[in-house]
Parts: sequence; C-alpha cells; structure tokens
Amino acid sequence: MKLFIVNVLLAIAWVAVTGSFSELDLVVGFVLGMFALWLIREQVGTAGYIDRSRRVVVLALVFLWELTMSAIRVLVMVSAPRLVMRPGIIAYPLKVDRDFEITMLANLITLTPGTLSVDVSHDRRHLFIHTLDASDPDGLKQSIADGFERKIMEAFR
Amino acid sequence: MIFATVLAGILIIVGSVFALAAAVGLVRFPDVYSRMHAASKAGTMGSGLMMIALALIADDVATATRAAAGVVFFILTAPVAAHLVAKAAYAVGYRMWEGSVVDEMADGEGR
Repeated sequence: MKLFIVNVLLAIAWVAVTGSFSELDLVVGFVLGMFALWLIREQVGTAGYIDRSRRVVVLALVFLWELTMSAIRVLVMVSAPRLVMRPGIIAYPLKVDRDFEITMLANLITLTPGTLSVDVSHDRRHLFIHTLDASDPDGLKQSIADGFERKIMEAFR
Repeated sequence: MIFATVLAGILIIVGSVFALAAAVGLVRFPDVYSRMHAASKAGTMGSGLMMIALALIADDVATATRAAAGVVFFILTAPVAAHLVAKAAYAVGYRMWEGSVVDEMADGEGR
C-alpha cells in the first residue's frame, strides 16, 4: 500500500515535470513510476509490489471476462424458447476469512455465470450461493476454489 | 473520430440488447432468486456498455470520467443489491421454484 502511494506520487511528479496534466500523462507516469520501482527492486524490496500489482490486474481481467460470459449466458437463456434450468442453493466452504476478501469473493460470484451469493453463515465459514445449474454442486465448488478464491488469495496475501 | 462514433454506436446497440435480456429475464425466470441473476448480470453489462459508449464520444473529459466512474460504481453496487434482495427474500421465507434441485442452506445452520 505504501509502495502504491509512492507510485502515485511518482506519477504526479511525472505530470508536474512534463507540464501537461492529462489522464494519458498520468497513466504514463504511473507506468514509468512502476518501472522505476522495478529497477530498484533488489535494493528496497519492491519485487513483491510489482508481482502483486500484476496479479491484481489479472484478477480484474478475469472478472471482466467472467462478467461478459455470464451476461451472454443470461441472454442465451432468456432468448431460448424453453427455459432449461435446475436452480438450487449450495453451501460453499470458505477458505478466505478476512471481511474484505469474503465481500470481494461474494461480489465476484454474483457477477459470474449462473451464480448469486445469498448469504454468509453466522460462523463465516460458508457462503450460500444460488445457482441456475445445481446439477453438479461439487464441480461448482471446485471451480470457485480453483478460480476466484485462489486468485483473490494470490492477489491479497 | 469516426471510429469512436461507430464503436460507440455498436456498444449502445449491444448494451441495449443486454438491458432487454435483463428485462425479459425478470419476467420469464421462475422465482425471485433466478430473476436476480438476470437483473444483476445482464443489467450491469447493458448499462456498463452504454456508459462506456458515452465516455467514448463525450466532448469533454468531465463527462467521460463521470461515465467511467458510473461503470465502476455499477459493478460495485449491482452485486450487493442483488445479494441483499436474495438474502431478504430468503429471510422472509420466499420459496425457491419447485424445479429447484438442492437447498444446502436449509439443512445447514443458515436461517
């Protein structure tokens, strides 16, 4: 987090030096700042920061892709002449335990194909998920564990 | 510039199709839970694409950044809203559609 602020400050410095304050300059400054931090990674230990930023970006891209796929899936289901669905609620055993991680996982699940977070159990060990296709609950749990949950743990731990 | 205009037009059309799908889904899907699927996903996608189109063709930067912020807030809030509606529906006892196959929430310790 501290390094992120340093990165932002470097971007602002870049904008100040070049003297043109546009979004593009800010982005260029941010990338250059990240490059500078990468150059000195051995000396100040910023390697983890670069690596983590990369994983956050990957998580965001995966999420946008999944959102697109889920919207397309809703579109296909809606336009099919006959509704084919086997909905149900499954209990997903959570591995993440911090509040914001659970929140993020629940949000990501809601926006991915055929799944919707309904509730978190009182002991915060299970996430209840409504799914449009509950014919294979274990396979679904496995795909969440290998997909989003692992990506979240990689990005924020 | 012509490229941005054409791209924006395409995005608006595709976005409207998703918004339409969300609306039809609200009518066609069998229970409140599956309806939230349609509203949260296709709805977010539809309005998101249309706001991106607005950002592309906006004349001033302020409009573009506001549209971009709108997309971000939509993505942040739509799942929370869908989740709360589903949670409230379950808490007051709306049953799932009779075609539903499993409810692990009922036999777990969730209310």
